[in-house]
Amino acid sequence: MKVNKNIAVSESGFLFDSMSGDSYSLNPIAAEILRLIRDTKNPEEIKQELLKKYDVSQSAIDKSVDEYLFTLKKLNIIK
Amino acid sequence: MNKLPFERPIIKKLNTGISNKFGLRTELEPITNIDGVPVSELIKDYGTPLFVISESTIRNTIHEAKRAFETRYPKVQFAWSYKTNYLDAVCRIFHQEGSWAEVVSRYEYDKALSNGVSGEKIIFNGPDKSEDDLVTASNNGSLIHIDHFDELYTLIEISGKLKKRPKVAIRVNMDTGIFPQWDRFGFNYENGEAMEAINKIMNSKKMEFVGLHAHIGTFMLSAGAYDVEASKLAKLAFEFKMKYGSNIGYIDIGGGFASRNTLKGAYQTGKDTAPSFDDYAEAITNALINSQLDTDDMPLLILETGRALIDEAGYLLGTVIANKKLSDGRRSTIVNFGVNILFTAFWYEHRINPEKEYSGHNETTALYGPLCMNIDQIRDSIQLPPLKKDDNLVVSCVGAYNMTQWMQFITLRPRIVLIDTEREVHVIRNKESNKDITALEYVPNHLDKI
Repeated sequence: MKVNKNIAVSESGFLFDSMSGDSYSLNPIAAEILRLIRDTKNPEEIKQELLKKYDVSQSAIDKSVDEYLFTLKKLNIIK
Repeated sequence: MNKLPFERPIIKKLNTGISNKFGLRTELEPITNIDGVPVSELIKDYGTPLFVISESTIRNTIHEAKRAFETRYPKVQFAWSYKTNYLDAVCRIFHQEGSWAEVVSRYEYDKALSNGVSGEKIIFNGPDKSEDDLVTASNNGSLIHIDHFDELYTLIEISGKLKKRPKVAIRVNMDTGIFPQWDRFGFNYENGEAMEAINKIMNSKKMEFVGLHAHIGTFMLSAGAYDVEASKLAKLAFEFKMKYGSNIGYIDIGGGFASRNTLKGAYQTGKDTAPSFDDYAEAITNALINSQLDTDDMPLLILETGRALIDEAGYLLGTVIANKKLSDGRRSTIVNFGVNILFTAFWYEHRINPEKEYSGHNETTALYGPLCMNIDQIRDSIQLPPLKKDDNLVVSCVGAYNMTQWMQFITLRPRIVLIDTEREVHVIRNKESNKDITALEYVPNHLDKI
């Protein structure tokens, strides 16, 4: 799982896709997950990191992260 | 180490274009407490869905309405519109504040009596009054607002059986320049039917004619229509005086004042467009004072305001059941309150806020209720924080009509609590049980075994 080269993300969660010209805003957790992907974490590792840090159940993490990664793939932000 | 609160990750495409000319904030303020009582505590103690009514808001609102009218007109009387919210606790707050009762059925009439309202302070409106209803109301000295000629003739016929002369008024319908014109109730002003009804009442000599009533519409966003209404009623009262030589006892302007909810499809929010009590009062009292009526003996002004007095006092607390993606990629959220209990979702775009602080990032979602029915849609599109299962929401401005028009459909109706002026929480209607509903059913013997 990798972030595409044409994607730029600011610290505040502003994402720009230089290929399509589209821009997006990410909430803090969405930006954090993208950083973890850049750090070459796989989905399981991402979920474990978030579980350690946030007050959330395993099932809520599974659903939220899987859905978010699915959306990122659909938007050609990660592959 | 304390863990941080989790918010579902969201990514939102930014669209460039012409900015919103009103510059409305998209960030939603969480509603963490109601009258100082934490929403989280209410949910912990009573679960969701839960209707919450603020007694302070009710009392403040009726004080505000009374101030607007009483500072402009010498004789004012509010009558609480039972159909808007007839929970006994709610009705009694209005009665404690001096309101009479305005009812439209025998069920409501008996409810008003059981709430301790004396018969003379009950206004009986509506097209459906049986002979027995008319006898009871007459003997109690209630104010009967005659809706049609059949009712008028019934009253003449039964007058022999009555202990007292019925006190009657007629309901008048008229053109006030608004569309649609409500002409299905009462007698028409412009075509002379209203005066004809008055003549029949006076000629019968069997009733005491005490007032004129009109109710021109609902959620009236134009105070000017009330100016027309009050002027026409005053003119009719003057014609009555010219013909019969006595002043009319009261003019009942009805209800219909808008609350601060936003109607579906409205361009601006209800907060920005709804006239204030002062606007309505100015239009109505100016029309009466400037009419030909005798300024030394002005009729009592009765107001049957319902929605504008109670809507803002009601909240609905609910919980997210699930999040889904629709086939076209739109997000949808399913919550545990549907149109069966939030009936006014058919009319309004309610203000819906999160119960907890969040990052300020919103996403557009369709909001659906829990019913397995396609009509159960609270909002087609609404900006909400990234909600996840078990997150809570607070719907505002739900005090009017929901707790009377709600349906026992698919699910049972929820509990209602009242927060009193001392911040004490009281259950004022329990949630329904299967037993409550099936208690009225009978199974024939041949269906005993299945």
